Order: sequence, then C-alpha cells, then structure tokens
Amino acid sequence: MTREEAIREVAGVVPQDTVIVASNGHISRVLYSIKDRPQNFYMIGSMGLAPSIALGVCLAQPKRRAAVFDGDGNVLMGMGSLAQIAVRRPSRFAHFCFDNSRHASTGGQRTISDRVDLSAVARAAGYAWAKRTEKLEEVSSLAKEAFSQEGPAFLLIKVAPGGLPKGTARVDLTPEQMTDRLREALAR
Amino acid sequence: MSETSGPKPGKSIPGKDFFAKLRAKGFDFFTGVPCSLLAALYPPLEGQSEVPYVEAVREDEAVAQAAGAYMAGKKPVVLMQNSGLGNSLNAIISLNQIYQMPFLLLITWRGFEGRDAPEHLVMGKAMPEILKSIEMPFQVLDPDSVDKQLDAVARDIAARRPAAIIVKEGILS
Repeated sequence: MTREEAIREVAGVVPQDTVIVASNGHISRVLYSIKDRPQNFYMIGSMGLAPSIALGVCLAQPKRRAAVFDGDGNVLMGMGSLAQIAVRRPSRFAHFCFDNSRHASTGGQRTISDRVDLSAVARAAGYAWAKRTEKLEEVSSLAKEAFSQEGPAFLLIKVAPGGLPKGTARVDLTPEQMTDRLREALAR
Repeated sequence: MSETSGPKPGKSIPGKDFFAKLRAKGFDFFTGVPCSLLAALYPPLEGQSEVPYVEAVREDEAVAQAAGAYMAGKKPVVLMQNSGLGNSLNAIISLNQIYQMPFLLLITWRGFEGRDAPEHLVMGKAMPEILKSIEMPFQVLDPDSVDKQLDAVARDIAARRPAAIIVKEGILS
C-alpha cells in the first residue's frame, strides 16, 4: 500500500474533535491535502517531536483525544518519548507510524526501521496496545481499534517507499496561524 | 540584563519561594531535565500535585511538551541544565519560536567564568551568545529583583516569545 492510501484510511476514521499532530515532511503535506481541519497541527521542523507535542496537549487537557501521524525516521529519533507516553498513559492517544523505512522528504534515503519492529518497541515501552499491519484492507478497522483503547495505542502501518504524488499541496498556513487555530479549537 | 550583571554574591532565594512566585505568575505546567543548580526547586515541585510536572527524558522532548501544553491553554516552564540547550536548540527555534509558543526556560549556568568541570566549559562560555544569536531574551536570576524579572518574562510571554531565566550556582537555596 502507498503512504497516501494508508493516511487516507486512518484520516477517514479519526473521531471528531481529535487533535492530530502530523510530523514534519511528507506526512503533514499528505494529511493537509486529504483533509485539513482546525484540529490538525502540521510540523514543519523539530523532527521526532510530534508525540511529545500531542502528549503536552493531553497532559494539559486529560480528556482530549489526540492522534499522532508519525513516520519511522521520526519515531526512531524520538524513541525516548515512547517510554514517556507509556508512563504518562494518556487515555485517548493513538499513535500511527507510517513506516516506509525511508527518509522520504530528503530524497528517500534508508532508515533502519526495516530491521527494527517499532510496534514491538512501543509495546515493550508500555503502550496499552500496539499492532502492525501491511494490509490496506485492515487499516481502517485497526485504526478504529486504536481509537477505542483506554490507554496509549500504537499502530505501525508498513507502506511502500515513494515520493509525493504530483499536485500534493504545500501547507498553506503560517506556523502562527496553525498555533492560533488549534489554540482556539482547544479552548472550546 | 547582560551576562555580566547579576546577583550580589551570597544572596539566594529559597526554592519554595521561587516556585510560589512562578505559580503566582500563572505558570501551571512544568517539565524538564534536572540540574544540581536547580535542586532546591525540586522538593516544592515534586511535593505538589496541583499542576503537572513531567520528568522529561530529553530537553527537546520537554520543549515540545511545552508547545502542546501552551496550545491547550497552559503557561509552561521548562527546566534544564545549559548542556540541554544543545539538545533542544532545534526544537526551540523550529517549533516554539516560529510557531510563537512561549514558555519560560529556566536554565542553569554550569561553566560560568570557566570554573567548572571540563564538559561544562564550552557551553558555559557560549550560552549567552547562543541565546543572543537566536534572539531569545534572557535575564540572570537575581534574588533582589525576582518580581521585576518575572514581570519582564510575563511581557515576553504575552508577546508570544519564549524567554529565559539563567540560574547560577547557589542562587536557589
């Protein structure tokens, strides 16, 4: 399956009002192209920190539901945050890793995720639920399952390497606009 | 305001008083990685459950948590040793600064005037220049003017700029 297909499937079952923190690089641009909403936060830098931003939201507002759209390069870079999330145990926290074993936005260089099972790492760190899939037809039901967990959930979705489809938009919001609109959404 | 000004020798502020002042200023989310120069702040911080305190695993993780907490309505404080400035610089500049997510950085000054263990000397010398070069406002904590200094921080935060208070050895007691 392509990364775009996988992101579309997950985006399609995200519960309303869920904050989505999308990691820097292609994942943000794909999500923005598929489905923009005020509760989406697109990172343009600070690689590896998407789950920590989402955790900050959940620690400040424990009833808030959050999703992280992450990549394998990001998860590998911020592995300590998996332990932190497991320990803090946000109750409505679904962490998706779209794993193509590539640093796609810098030209498709290899990562090491083909030799490390990041879902096993999340489980060992103490996530309440952690699964992996390579099948497109499973993605939406597993994503729903991730969203229904009582503790942090991690779903690794193996996707094919590849660049951005032609015509994928750039995020057409300034960083402070993104902050403002999410802050506003979180004030409600 | 410059790195050469600062507290009179021998003066200090109890950690619990400083924590109370931070709370009175509305700071309500604490995260970070400890430094021995901040040790006096930890008993009051760890001994309360009114506001979150997160034992961060890395300084950049703490800075990112502060970003999320700010968007969720909190006024965050990030604590770290100045060695952690190296770990978190990219997050500070490519997340908190450009997205205008303010927080108070409470950062220690290991390596001040070259009197410290070798691993602290380069950062001890460079820290003020690094903060200046990223245009992050900073003050050296002075027990005689804490209120004024926190007022200045509050102005930076209202203007959505992350701001730093540097803590030298012996200032928190």
